[in-house]
Amino acid sequence: MKEQLIQYLAVPMLQIAAIIGVMLLCVMYLVLWERKLIAFMQVRMGPMRVGYHGLLQPIADVVKLLLKEDVVPKAADRWVHLISPIILMIPALACFAVIPFTGTSFEVGAFTIPLVNYDVPALTVTSWVADLNIGLLYFLAISSLGVYGLVLAGWSSNSKYSMLGSLRSAAQMISYEVPLGLSIVAILMLSGTASLVGIVEAQQEAGHWWLFWAPLGVPLLWPQFIGLFLYFVAAVAETNRAPFDLPEAETELVAGFHTEYSGMKFAFMFLAEYLNMILAALIVSVLFLGGWLPVTFGIPGLSELFGNFLPFLGGAGAAITGFFWLALKVFLVLTVYLWLRATFPRYRYDQLMSLGWKWLIPMGLAHVMVTALFMLLRG
Amino acid sequence: MPIPAGSHEPDPDTGEHEMAAYFPVLLFLLVGLSFPIITLFIAWLVRPNRPNDVKSSVYECGIEPETPAWTRVSVRFYIIAVLFVIFDVETIFLFPWAVKYGVLGLFGFIEMSIFLLILVVGYIYAWRKGALQWA
Repeated sequence: MKEQLIQYLAVPMLQIAAIIGVMLLCVMYLVLWERKLIAFMQVRMGPMRVGYHGLLQPIADVVKLLLKEDVVPKAADRWVHLISPIILMIPALACFAVIPFTGTSFEVGAFTIPLVNYDVPALTVTSWVADLNIGLLYFLAISSLGVYGLVLAGWSSNSKYSMLGSLRSAAQMISYEVPLGLSIVAILMLSGTASLVGIVEAQQEAGHWWLFWAPLGVPLLWPQFIGLFLYFVAAVAETNRAPFDLPEAETELVAGFHTEYSGMKFAFMFLAEYLNMILAALIVSVLFLGGWLPVTFGIPGLSELFGNFLPFLGGAGAAITGFFWLALKVFLVLTVYLWLRATFPRYRYDQLMSLGWKWLIPMGLAHVMVTALFMLLRG
Repeated sequence: MPIPAGSHEPDPDTGEHEMAAYFPVLLFLLVGLSFPIITLFIAWLVRPNRPNDVKSSVYECGIEPETPAWTRVSVRFYIIAVLFVIFDVETIFLFPWAVKYGVLGLFGFIEMSIFLLILVVGYIYAWRKGALQWA
C-alpha cells in the first residue's frame, strides 16, 4: 500500500509540481526573450527599465496582471466567461504528462523524512510523468481540446470582435489539425510505436535523428524535412502565432477572442498560448530532432563525447546532459517561431484556408505515401 | 528492488498496472484544473473591483453596440467542420496502420494506397464543388 502511494501519488505529484513550476518560469522568460529578440530585429532595445536589461520584467508583469481589475461586460455570459480560460489551461498543462525530458532515470536512495520519521524506500524517478503507449495520440487528443476554450471565450464575451475571432480560430485550428496529424504519421511508421519515449529510443537505435533519415543513402535526400516543415507550419497555425495570428489580428479585430478579457483571466489565455508554443517545440524536438540525444548524435566519436558532461555524477550527469540538449533544441525551435513573427506579414484569411486545405493536406498525404514507399524499397 | 516510478511497464506475466499508468495523467489533469482555479481565487482576493456602466459595456470602438453579437454565422464554417471530421477520422485511421507498418510491409502499402485513393477521389470532388474555396 505504502509503495503504491509513493509510486502513483507522491512521486507523480512532485513531478507535476516541478514541471508546472519550470514551465511557468519558461513562459515568463520566453515572453521576455520574444520582446528582446523582436526589438533586436527592429533595431530597438526592448524592455530595459526593470532589472538589468529588463531581466525582472516578467515578474513585474505577473504582479501587474494579478492586481488588475477583472472587467466583465454586462451583456456577457459570466460563467462561461469565467470557465473558458480554465478550459484553455487544462489541456495546455496536461499535455506535459507524456513529454520525456531526458532519457536517464534519477536513482534516489532510501531516506527518512526528518521530524515525521517517514521511511522512503529507494526510488527510480523518470523524467516523464507517464510513458503511455499511445503518447502521441494522447498529445493530439488533449491539445485539440483547447479549441473549446477559444470558442467559448469568444462567444461568451458577446462582443463582435470576440465572436469573429473565435469563429476564425475554430475554423483555423480544425483545418490545421489535419496536416498536423498527417505530418507525424511518417514518424510513427519509422518508430513503430506511438510512445514518445519509444520514438526517441528508436532514433537512438537507428543511429540518427529521424530528420536525417536517408532511405536510399543519397546525401541530402531526407524525406522527413517535408514532415518537419508540415508539422512546424501546422503547429504555428494551431497556436495562433504570426504569420497565422488571424484570430487575434489586432489591425482588424482589436484582440480577437480575448478582447473582453483582463487581469488574471487574460493572463491564463496568454499563458496557454505560450505553453502550447513550448509544447509544439518539445514535440518537434522529440519527433524529428532526437529529443534528449546530443546535437552531435550520429557523428562517429562526437556522440559519445557529448553524451555526458558530468561523468562524475554517473546516471544523474547523463540525465542532466539530456535535459540540456533537449532544452537547447527547444530554445532554437522557439527562436525560429519568434523570428517568423518578426519576418512575415499576416496571411489573409482565404489564403490561410487555401494553404491548409489545398497545399498542406495533399503534401501530407504524399509525404505519408513517399515514406511508406521508401521504407518498402529498403525492406 | 527500487520502486520504478514513472516507468509504468505492465507486468509481462499478469498484464497488471496497465490502467494504473494512466493514474498520473489523471492527477495531471486535476492539477491542471485546480491550478487556474486557485490562482483566479487569489487574484479575486487581491484585485480591486470598481465596475461602472461605461467600463462594463461591450467594446465596440466607443460606440454603443446596437445588436448583440450572438447572431448567425457564415455557412463556410460548417462546411469546414464537416470536412474536418472526414479528414481527421482518416488521419486517426492512419495511426494504427503506421505503427504496425514495419510488420505489414507490402500488404499494408497496397491496402493503404487503395484507402487513400478513395479518399483522394472524395478530396478532388470536394475541391471541384468549391468546398475548399473561401470567399
